[in-house]
Amino acid sequence: MTQLALVIDLNVCVGCHACVTSCKEWNTSGGAGTMGDQNPYGADPTGTFFNRVQTFEVGEFPNTETVHFPKSCLHCEEPPCVPVCPTGASYKRKEDGIVLVDYDKCIGCKYCSWACPYGARELDEQQRVMKKCTLCVDRIYDMTMAPEDRKPSCVKACPTSARLFGDVHDPASEVSVAIRESGGYALMPEWGTHPANHYLPRRKTRIKIHEDELERADNPLKVDRQLPKPAMAEPTLDDVTTW
Amino acid sequence: MIGTAEDHHSNPLKIALSKFKRDGGRFISINPVRTGYSAIADEWVPIRPGTDGALLLAIIHEIIATGLYDREFLVQYSNAGQLINVDESNDEFGFFVRTEVPTEEACYEPQDKLWWDRTTDRAVVTHQPGADPFLLGEFNLPDGTPVKPAFQLLHERVKEYTPEWAAQITGIPAETIRRLAHEMGVTARDQKIELPIAWTDSWGKEHDTVTGNPVAFHAMRGLAAHSNGFQTIRAMSILMSLLGTIDRPGGFRHKAPFPRPIPPCARTPNDPRAVQPNRPLDGMALGWPSDPDDLFVNPDGSPVRIDKAFSWEYPLSVHGLMHNAITNAWRGDPYRIDTLLIFMANMAWNSTMNAVEVRKMLNDKTEDGEYKIPFLVVCDAFHSEMTAFADLILPDTTYLERHDVMSMLDRPISEFDGPVDSVRVPILPPSGDCKPFQEVLIELGTRLKLPAFVTREGARKFRDYPDFIVNWESEPGSGIGFLAGWRGKGGEKSLRGEPNPNQWEMYRKNNCVFHYELPKSYQYMRNWNKGYLEWSQRNRVTRYAEPILIHLYSEVLQRFRAAAQGKGFSRKPPESLKKRVETYFDPLPFYYDPLEAQLTDKHKYPLAAVTQRPMAMYHSWDSQNAWLRQIHTHNYLYVNARTALRQGIADGDWIWVESQWGKVKCMARHSEAVEPGTVWTWNAIGKAAGAWNLTPDANESQKGFLLNHLISEELPDGGSRISNSDPITGQAAWYDVRVRISKVGAGETATGVQNTSPQFEPMKPYPGMKTRAAILAFFGGKSK
Repeated sequence: MTQLALVIDLNVCVGCHACVTSCKEWNTSGGAGTMGDQNPYGADPTGTFFNRVQTFEVGEFPNTETVHFPKSCLHCEEPPCVPVCPTGASYKRKEDGIVLVDYDKCIGCKYCSWACPYGARELDEQQRVMKKCTLCVDRIYDMTMAPEDRKPSCVKACPTSARLFGDVHDPASEVSVAIRESGGYALMPEWGTHPANHYLPRRKTRIKIHEDELERADNPLKVDRQLPKPAMAEPTLDDVTTW
Repeated sequence: MIGTAEDHHSNPLKIALSKFKRDGGRFISINPVRTGYSAIADEWVPIRPGTDGALLLAIIHEIIATGLYDREFLVQYSNAGQLINVDESNDEFGFFVRTEVPTEEACYEPQDKLWWDRTTDRAVVTHQPGADPFLLGEFNLPDGTPVKPAFQLLHERVKEYTPEWAAQITGIPAETIRRLAHEMGVTARDQKIELPIAWTDSWGKEHDTVTGNPVAFHAMRGLAAHSNGFQTIRAMSILMSLLGTIDRPGGFRHKAPFPRPIPPCARTPNDPRAVQPNRPLDGMALGWPSDPDDLFVNPDGSPVRIDKAFSWEYPLSVHGLMHNAITNAWRGDPYRIDTLLIFMANMAWNSTMNAVEVRKMLNDKTEDGEYKIPFLVVCDAFHSEMTAFADLILPDTTYLERHDVMSMLDRPISEFDGPVDSVRVPILPPSGDCKPFQEVLIELGTRLKLPAFVTREGARKFRDYPDFIVNWESEPGSGIGFLAGWRGKGGEKSLRGEPNPNQWEMYRKNNCVFHYELPKSYQYMRNWNKGYLEWSQRNRVTRYAEPILIHLYSEVLQRFRAAAQGKGFSRKPPESLKKRVETYFDPLPFYYDPLEAQLTDKHKYPLAAVTQRPMAMYHSWDSQNAWLRQIHTHNYLYVNARTALRQGIADGDWIWVESQWGKVKCMARHSEAVEPGTVWTWNAIGKAAGAWNLTPDANESQKGFLLNHLISEELPDGGSRISNSDPITGQAAWYDVRVRISKVGAGETATGVQNTSPQFEPMKPYPGMKTRAAILAFFGGKSK
């Protein structure tokens, strides 16, 4: 059975927020919109986003890692937000595993956002319904789009191609290969939610130089340290010694 | 990557970094701060701001000491082996020894320098077949003149620049510096790339392949925007040259119209008579001086330009000194002006140093009640802080509403494989009374009857900007214009050709981009690639086709130094600037403390303060975007947690930040991703109250702040003042400021409500500006 998901490569994410704004740009104008903003040009502006990048530091100076961490609904295989919904608005699709909210049924009670351990759901203050990432369900099956555009908006926008999209149940898919071969992991597995989205960890490239490698036989100093010979006619001991 | 903030180069850099990392490249970031791109570096090397030169010189020291330089590259393609007169009593001291050689016509720089040949043990003309120069040593010419190869002088220069020496200055352990040098040197030497591309060098030698040493450097404003930036970047260029990574695969690749020889090059006028009332400037407004006689100065050596660019104070200021124009005009030094026209520069806020004082200068009056800067025209597309000071606002369009060119004559978007230029075409009609500034300039030029815009009889030449772009030529019939693509009557020519009336349409059909791909054999080693240089000459990209040797030793700088020492026949600097020119115009790179640091009690102001812009919000106008301003609503001062705690400053505390020049109040944010001697913040997030059509209580003005208030545009210089800039290039020393921080005392706020300081009277909306809704529910693509 298909389970669509995002795999996010933290090894190349530079935290530019292109995924955040392209998500909002697409979704506010689509089936999941609008995504309202309160006080957009005043004090303490706040609005609905399906995807946010959090940046945090790990470790102490100078051994610090700065991590840019894009966060959106993880489309859990066992989504805790679904059973708590009193109206059945929150549901997981059988055909592709996408977790969605039916706005017509949602009463904005927020049970789902309390149940979600990842803080992925946001109440749209204007429409009073719960909103979250849809994996751009209104793009990925849109046959009027070119095949390369049938991807979530964030995936299309990411300049470092840190966001991969595909079926994590298909062992041959790009996302499954990435999870398998690059140490992909799910968030907080102890909650038993089985998130479909995965993250790829930082991977370091190092150089090991052995002492013997430093100097090679063709070291240019062997040439450049040879200075010219003195002229034959310059004075030497030969001119003055008598033994 | 060194001195690169996270806003630099934007998407192309992000794409390249990701590809580089996924291809297994090793990515090292040298930066006081670890954010943005540095976050994904394989290694972060924290460094103290303004000390990059010391690090680079120590790496050069180690590369030479261990023999990890690319000897063959240096011999053939740089001036490493060329002999320099080292007889201090001679007027020719410090200059290359030249000899008579037969020269062809159309030759600017004949190959008349000498090597000391290892085989025959005598001086020979460089690049003789079979000759191989000594790079080290000291020799005497037949006439007794003592000479040394440039490389020997570099070797002597860096002798004292040991990793241990640099460690004290940069804060980077000597072991790390040594390891970085070894990693660079061994990778360059042992991981060579060889591409099966045949090419011919300038001396006629044919090569079957192009080889490359895969070590690449990416440096930006973090290196340049210090008062020692020029010599730092020289050190980096020399390091790249020692590693043999110039225009080779895996290294620093040129983009058209580069490489270019300097000299010769475009120059500004060098005589005050070039400026006459009611006459156009007799020459270029900007240029590349390479000799004291190129300077734009009066007979007494004083500056001609209002910003003092191209004067003895900042001789090679190829960008001008915008950061001093207002202060100079206000003071009347070198003279007063009647009109100041500002285009898209927020000189009353984040584009100026010393914003508090500069705002006063813009409003200041003389004793007789006249404004010191009488007429101020501001052209801006936005309600910026600057517009509040304008006598006349020219409302500009954004780039969505106008034509633009990224021209081969300015800074084209060329790729490594050949010239690329591009255009923008409007996708929206202009709103309100806006007019593209380009059109304003065409109109002004035409009404002033400047020769570029009117016929000999004084009639208008160009209908509008698009017409100007298509039909202007550098001189009648030159075939050189703003755009390189689809020239010729039917668009059949590239680079050079008659104006094509359908050029815009052809760009539009080609995604607004023209890309000329050079043949493979012209894509590398372009400084010394005979085919490329002749192509470049034929297409009038350059006038000359001589090889462009890399200057390990800069004779251009030596010319200025010699003038300061009273030698030779060129112009001499005024007495008061002799020492300065002599000191900083060193033909070899050297390290000195940034000028402001030299004038600062570092115990009193122990911290360096720098800024960068965030990736999500490059320009100050992005604060008007409701989504972007939720990502960066206000800024903090990031302080290393241990540095903060030593002063009892907790995360989120309100603090004072003071320099010698001013103080600001803001909130502190603890960080482990900043070097302990550095504090930093986002630039251009803080706004003046009411600006940019934000409400006066918006976080940008109440919690956001500007570091510019702490940075001075001038430094005391004896009894006088001098620009806070690099003494060679006049590059603004944005990142030299030294500060101290302290917690805001409990009794310092009467109301208990904290906001940042300084605050200014809120800007008023202009007539016609609408109050904005409390809720934004954007839905794009809806038809009206």
